[in-house]
Amino acid sequence: MNPSRVGAIIMRQLYLYRGSPQRILPMFAWVAIDILLWGFITRYLNQVSHSGFNFVPALLGAVLLWDFLTRIMQGVTMAFFEDVWSRNFLNLFATPLRTSEYLSGLVIIGVTTSLLGLAAMLVLAWAGFGLSFFSFGAALAPSVLILFLSGIALGIFGAGVVLRLGPASEWLIWPIPSVVSPFVGVFYPISVLPAWMQVIAKALPPSYVFEAMRQVVAGKPAPWEQLAIGGALSVAYLLLACAFFASVYRYAIRTGLIARYSAETVA
Amino acid sequence: MTASAPILSVQHLCKSFRDLKAVDDVSFEVGAGEIVGLLGPNGAGKTTTINMVLGVLSPTSGSISIDGVDLRTQRTRALSCTNFAAVYAPLPGNLTIEQNLRVFGMIYAVKDLTARIEELLRDFDLQRFRKTKAGLLSSGEQTRLSLAKAMINRPRLLLLDEPTASIDPSTARDIRASIEAYAKAAQCGVLWTSHNMYEVEAVCDRVMFLSRGKVLLQGDPKQLTKDHGAASLDDLFVQVAHEALHDANHPALHPPSRVGVPAP
Repeated sequence: MNPSRVGAIIMRQLYLYRGSPQRILPMFAWVAIDILLWGFITRYLNQVSHSGFNFVPALLGAVLLWDFLTRIMQGVTMAFFEDVWSRNFLNLFATPLRTSEYLSGLVIIGVTTSLLGLAAMLVLAWAGFGLSFFSFGAALAPSVLILFLSGIALGIFGAGVVLRLGPASEWLIWPIPSVVSPFVGVFYPISVLPAWMQVIAKALPPSYVFEAMRQVVAGKPAPWEQLAIGGALSVAYLLLACAFFASVYRYAIRTGLIARYSAETVA
Repeated sequence: MTASAPILSVQHLCKSFRDLKAVDDVSFEVGAGEIVGLLGPNGAGKTTTINMVLGVLSPTSGSISIDGVDLRTQRTRALSCTNFAAVYAPLPGNLTIEQNLRVFGMIYAVKDLTARIEELLRDFDLQRFRKTKAGLLSSGEQTRLSLAKAMINRPRLLLLDEPTASIDPSTARDIRASIEAYAKAAQCGVLWTSHNMYEVEAVCDRVMFLSRGKVLLQGDPKQLTKDHGAASLDDLFVQVAHEALHDANHPALHPPSRVGVPAP
């Protein structure tokens, strides 16, 4: 892997962010709206439930973690879409650039922008609603890592789908987190799901994170074995996503898709 | 063709899309310092050939080597010394000229990149647009940017697909001169497609006529014109394209009887 080529992909994105408020604002705006909305909902639930259960870490923490995964996925796909929208594939792939270098560049920029968004979320959730991420204890690190890897995997998978199906298919990519969220139990235990949904939930790494988070919030010890399964699954999905993208790329080279890739023209 | 090892060697190249043979057993070489024109009517297989040389389209069969490096097995190495400019591949319009050159310079790991960018901005008269986004440039300025990008890594092989399209005659002449000078000085091989036969005749050391994916003729443009009794290269182009289109059994399709210079 050549650092200069990875750096070029990162630099290309940084140039776009530089002096472009319309690109920088969404990094913070949507997460801030989510935190405010769910922060007030949890505050209201704490006031009316009188159960002594603290909804802040359970609900607001869940929103924050889920947003983290979503932002990472979108960070990777947005960086990819910049090349889709500017029809830049021929320029990029007729160079010594390897797909691994291209994907590494996308992932680094996607993760960087997401971490900035996460930092803003943490500050807002802590300052506005008293949520301390440290209340999740030692389970926080593996949980964030699982969501981080899952977000990257989803982002690379989304990029592969758009490369294969064409620019119009970007609308299939944006709703992916929403489609996945009912299965992974962001706001409720997996046990409330019907049996068939539970089977799917067990195959999705984030479900292990949210189950673990609920246990920790309830004062139980962190389920390390479950987190290990989630971690192994997220690594497996990341490898599968990279293999999928590489296979789509090979298809694109075989059929000439890269060379003729332009808006709305891909069959 | 020069006696030294070819910069580009294409051997028995074929590309099929289902039943369509877009490129059919094409072989040719481009020598160091040589400018070769790739001519043919629309759909002849020129761009398909160029895309295969650029590594963005895999051949059905055949081999391509660039500066002695096999493209299929050592893609990154082969493409490190290659570059291209094409009217259908504009650079990202949301980056400035300078940013575009820096990004592509980094991709090619160009040493002393800042100095190289300055040199190209000067050579292609783009200095005053350095902070202008590429999307805001006129088509002629965008073409000059594409050419500057194509030179960023001082390529050994340069592929130019209609490089002077959208450029005024005066600028086109300057650009042709600078490409010719670069090719001779750097001993760079150039594969040049154009529909401007005047330009091809002026610039190319050798031309190849492609039709239906096959090389029909190749040789010195002036000599070919003379040998086939055509008034100009333009007339020869029309004549060959017309005959090949209307007669699949035309002798031009069956080398070597019409071939000016045998394919290597």
